[in-house]
Amino acid sequence: MPYTAATVQLLSPEGAIVVNDVSAPYAHYIDDLSEQQLREFHRQMVVMRRFDTEAANLQRQGQLALWIPSIGQEAAQVGSGYAARPQDHIFPAYREHVVARIRGVDPVSIIAMLRGISHGGWNPAEHGNFHLYTLVIGSQTLHATGYAMGIQLDGNMATGNPDADEAVLVYFGDGASSQGDVSEALVFASSYQTPQVFFLQNNHWAISVPVSRQSRTPLYRRAAGFGMDGIQVDGNDVLASYAVTRASLDTARAGEGPQFIEALTYRIGAHTTSDDPTKYRDSAEADFWIAGDPIKRFEAYLRSRGEGDAFFAELAEEADDVAADARRKTLELVNPTAAKIFEHVYSEPHPLMDEQHAWLRDYEAGFERDRA
Amino acid sequence: MSTQSMSLARAINAGLREALLADAKVVLMGEDIGPLGGVFRVTEGLQAEFGDTRVIDTPLAESAIVGTAIGLAMRGYRPVCEIQFDGFIFPGFDQITSQLAKLTSRHEGSLTMPVVIRVPYGGHIGAIEHHQESPEAYFAHTPGLRVVTPSTPHDGYWMIQEAIASNDPVIFFEPKSRYWPKGDVDDAASGIPLHASRVAREGSEVTLLGYGPMVSLLLAAAEIAAAEGTSAEVIDLRSLSPIDYAPVIASVQKTGRLVIGQEAPGFVSIASEIAATVTERCFYSLEAPVLRVTGFDTPFPPAKLEGLYLPDADRVLEAVDRAMAY
Repeated sequence: MPYTAATVQLLSPEGAIVVNDVSAPYAHYIDDLSEQQLREFHRQMVVMRRFDTEAANLQRQGQLALWIPSIGQEAAQVGSGYAARPQDHIFPAYREHVVARIRGVDPVSIIAMLRGISHGGWNPAEHGNFHLYTLVIGSQTLHATGYAMGIQLDGNMATGNPDADEAVLVYFGDGASSQGDVSEALVFASSYQTPQVFFLQNNHWAISVPVSRQSRTPLYRRAAGFGMDGIQVDGNDVLASYAVTRASLDTARAGEGPQFIEALTYRIGAHTTSDDPTKYRDSAEADFWIAGDPIKRFEAYLRSRGEGDAFFAELAEEADDVAADARRKTLELVNPTAAKIFEHVYSEPHPLMDEQHAWLRDYEAGFERDRA
Repeated sequence: MSTQSMSLARAINAGLREALLADAKVVLMGEDIGPLGGVFRVTEGLQAEFGDTRVIDTPLAESAIVGTAIGLAMRGYRPVCEIQFDGFIFPGFDQITSQLAKLTSRHEGSLTMPVVIRVPYGGHIGAIEHHQESPEAYFAHTPGLRVVTPSTPHDGYWMIQEAIASNDPVIFFEPKSRYWPKGDVDDAASGIPLHASRVAREGSEVTLLGYGPMVSLLLAAAEIAAAEGTSAEVIDLRSLSPIDYAPVIASVQKTGRLVIGQEAPGFVSIASEIAATVTERCFYSLEAPVLRVTGFDTPFPPAKLEGLYLPDADRVLEAVDRAMAY
């Protein structure tokens, strides 16, 4: 049983509202949600699970070098993703596909990255301030902290207007919690009292290494050592993930210092399509988490509120459409040209880039000349 | 126009001050750079003048200094980080090489990374381990970075301002052994661009090429060579990435001989790279193989041995003699 007495949960695994002392302070965030928002939460979870399956299929069919599944983590991502306000900046690790879509990144951009067409490439300023994926584990926590220091230097926080004050939300995982950069980010954030939320998705596995190898203490308790509050939330509960992140971001933007959330969830699938979890983990563990599946849980909740079959049927159809659309767009992706090797390595002219690009053009043209 | 005599440390300080005055987005960050003014006093007085939000003392963590500078640059700031000593840059190496150097490319042009990382480097100061190293080749080898090093107070004053004005990341190596000697700084004009190399002394029979702390040593060697009847031209490379080859090639075509000096170990180094390129481009002009005078391929030794480890004028002249003997 990974949950503790401190775990904030608003929906039980059966989809019933939970009322207890730990959760009570967050309940009002849910009361403020409209029916439309609740449906939207569910829509994103269902659509992105379907998308994820399609992307994995594309990998198996040789269309992608790799896929990074996010199945099982939809509630942690939908809840936290919708908790951010439009002006907030989000620094993902590399499994936050659901948050990416919420913030306006076409998930096909992520597919393009894993197909070998780009290293990311979207402009965060035009995509909901959702920054590029970072593959070196934990590095982005420092970028997020620096960005939050910038917000602070700009004075765009703590004015009392939550619709204007900015905050940063940074994602990382249980594996990253062991990285030095993450500790350094927590030190800097705490030292300067930056407006940011550290959102740790504890999916219990860093490839083949269990969280028990990363930490002998529940990860949310690490925060205290850095001088900030740590909150543990049921990351398979979309309502709790939303409420806790909403509260934490608003606390941070109000100038009350950085916040730390550990969302308990589970990587139902493999680390990536290159991995084989049957070699290192027990299926009984996965069964526990599948029983508390975020989508099943939220569907039960919505049905208990009177949502009917029509909505869920319509959603399944929409998810299939999104998947089909992603497949079509994937197969239509155009491979980059040689210019992509040299362009943008520097933002200002650089003689080596010019020389080497010219050399390659001439070399390639040589084959054309030979053929002519 | 006004010319003043000052040390390199003071000249970089003056250049930083100009940059802070010119652009409110310029912030300095590093360990002990506030009230102390840095262990070499390069930032002396700047926090008092500009406040602790422009000149930011950081916790002791190099990866975080660089990593948060990246975040600040994403926000529109132009951070100038101080790494306290050459050998302490490696905790920040991943953020520099995997992040700072690649972010512009990863963003396909929508993001620039105007971050400067100042690094006091080199030996001749009798210091303990990790305090006398020359790690410039690692950074020059990394695509996406620009790497420069001044050798004079005048260049220190101007090059730091030009580095801060660059929209690309610049690793700015400051030769510790040259921090204190004074030289003229003309604050009216830089003379040449950030990435230009420069002929520091004209000569006709052999070219001596170096950068940073080596330049004064090469000039001293050229003086001795002249007294012994050999005319040596001295080139101050100034920029290690990119390298401005035009003056180098013009010089070697004239002299036919090239001796490259550096404090860093010679294996896979700036000197190796230049030797290969000059051999390709000046093959028919060369009267002798390109020779390298470098630190040995060992860890920097305890300071009592640095005089044996580091190239000196005699070792340069020995190479000149070998080049002239062909």
